[in-house]
Amino acid sequence: MGEIKLMKGNEALSEAMIRAGCDAYFGYPITPQSEVLEYLAREATNRTGMVILQAESEVAAINMIYGAAGCGKRVMTTSSSPGISLMQEGLSYIASAELPCVLANVNRGGPGLGTIQPAQGDYNQAVKGGGHGDYQLLVLAPCSVQEMVDFVKLGFELAEKYRGPVMILTDGAIGQMMEKVELFDQMPRKTDVPDWATTGRKKGQDRTYITSLFIEPEVMEKVNLKLQAKYKQMRETEVRYQTLNLDDAEYIFTGYGLGARICMKAMEIGREKGYKIGMIRPITLFPFPVDLYASIAPKVKAILDVELNAGQMVQDVILSTMGKTRVEFYGRMGGIIPEPEEILEYFEKQIIGGAK
Amino acid sequence: MSGAPVEHGYTHEQICIPENLIYQRPGTLLEQEFHYCPGCGHSTAHKIFMEVVEEMGLEGEVIGVAPVGCSVFAYHYLNVDMQQAAHGRACAVATGIKRMLPDKIVFTYQGDGDLAAIGTAETIHAANRGENFLAIFINNGIYGMTSGQMAPTTLPGMVTTTSPFGRDTKTQGHPLKIGELLALLPGVAYVTRQAVDIPKNIRKAKKALQKALEYQKKGLGFCLVEIVSNCPSNWKMTPLESNKFVEEKMIPFYPLGDIKVPQEEKK
Repeated sequence: MGEIKLMKGNEALSEAMIRAGCDAYFGYPITPQSEVLEYLAREATNRTGMVILQAESEVAAINMIYGAAGCGKRVMTTSSSPGISLMQEGLSYIASAELPCVLANVNRGGPGLGTIQPAQGDYNQAVKGGGHGDYQLLVLAPCSVQEMVDFVKLGFELAEKYRGPVMILTDGAIGQMMEKVELFDQMPRKTDVPDWATTGRKKGQDRTYITSLFIEPEVMEKVNLKLQAKYKQMRETEVRYQTLNLDDAEYIFTGYGLGARICMKAMEIGREKGYKIGMIRPITLFPFPVDLYASIAPKVKAILDVELNAGQMVQDVILSTMGKTRVEFYGRMGGIIPEPEEILEYFEKQIIGGAK
Repeated sequence: MSGAPVEHGYTHEQICIPENLIYQRPGTLLEQEFHYCPGCGHSTAHKIFMEVVEEMGLEGEVIGVAPVGCSVFAYHYLNVDMQQAAHGRACAVATGIKRMLPDKIVFTYQGDGDLAAIGTAETIHAANRGENFLAIFINNGIYGMTSGQMAPTTLPGMVTTTSPFGRDTKTQGHPLKIGELLALLPGVAYVTRQAVDIPKNIRKAKKALQKALEYQKKGLGFCLVEIVSNCPSNWKMTPLESNKFVEEKMIPFYPLGDIKVPQEEKK
């Protein structure tokens, strides 16, 4: 068993970064995730020699990530919604140049400067590709401080396996709250250098270059097809989710991250009242658990999707269920966190009441 | 041509022998025709820098960054490890590389739009942190790749496609002398302005590039070698006319020479 600690989400994420043998972190302060840079500045370099650099902007940070990842190193950045918007250009380049890296979005309320309170308004940006061109991020959605730790390690594994960017899409609540976590043991820093990395031309060998520029359409299309093949493989092999009480379920509550966590409580209250409610929590938002929703849809009377936004993941639920069941949505925005009771109230009014 | 006797009575094979070799393409330049326009200074700048890399024996140590601009394809010609970067982000990418591989020699190769307009923040902050790499800055006062728009370094009154009546400094701002600006920062070790219009200047520019790499090896900090260059196609001039423009208009506005040298170089 690993070391057990009581930790804040952002600090647990930072600790996991150090323990995962991360080589460098480049970032810029923004609420509600500034603890990451602070924690790393305090802890990381002394312990593992990890490079910590406060960049002049999120634009610079993501491009430092590009350069460092291009050297074959294990690198990570974090930010929150407005800062993640600034990183979209860089992410598109990173995806095209096939550079592995992990970034976390500690989602806050938007649009614009918005609010520093938790929200899930960045689902579409994360999952549908916030930058230009046909690319995907592999998106992991933690719903606990423990998963903030686990998904850093998993994130690096997936980033390196698929040579591309992985996003941990979390929010201000999970970033700020404290929970018990089990930490994995310190992993060594990476020593192997992938053959695509730029580390100086070896004697008698061809130079290595990293690029996202393919001016000939025939070449550019091939690059796109290669990326799409990668995303297809992710859809086939990397779908992750959690389910609860599906066996007897007549209704499904669904959501991701913080929204899912509140849904779990609402489900429990509902079950006490006699409603047969099950729960689906996608862990990977891309790839999305399409097949799971498709298979459950004909078996249930309705699915209630709960998010801290205006209804973003629900579009993927609707697409996955293909009209085979009724899909309802309940959301709060702007940093308001819904109570389990209000979710159940909505369920009783709209679904139970409306079914009559 | 091969085998046919020429006027002086020697055949091609008789002339092309090792003893007669006085010049050849450095091994650090690939055998690849430049896409640059005839007379463009990029080709000369590429060549002299790659000569320096070879002469210093650094071909296995160097990692370069080529951001958006005419020279975004530099990695097609330079036989060293390279990363292509987003427009303006070369100094951030180079920071990432150098922080990961501090013992390697890192350089960026940027145009004026890249280094002094869209990438000004990345340039200034990398310089201010004293990032120990070299930025090669090609200043030809125009956007070449997008065919002739106004650059931050376009001279007052100079006609471009987006300043068709000449750059009006009242509404379009003044040319940015970013070398002088960077020289104020304590993290900056070396700032020099050179040109590649005539052989004398080419030799000086090469020397400056060599010094910059020596300073990087010593870990002295950020180095900027600005190269005042031309753009015959978008200046709508012949190569010769464009070099005359460099001499008569560009250099008087952007005077050549060292702007800042490392402390240890000062007497």
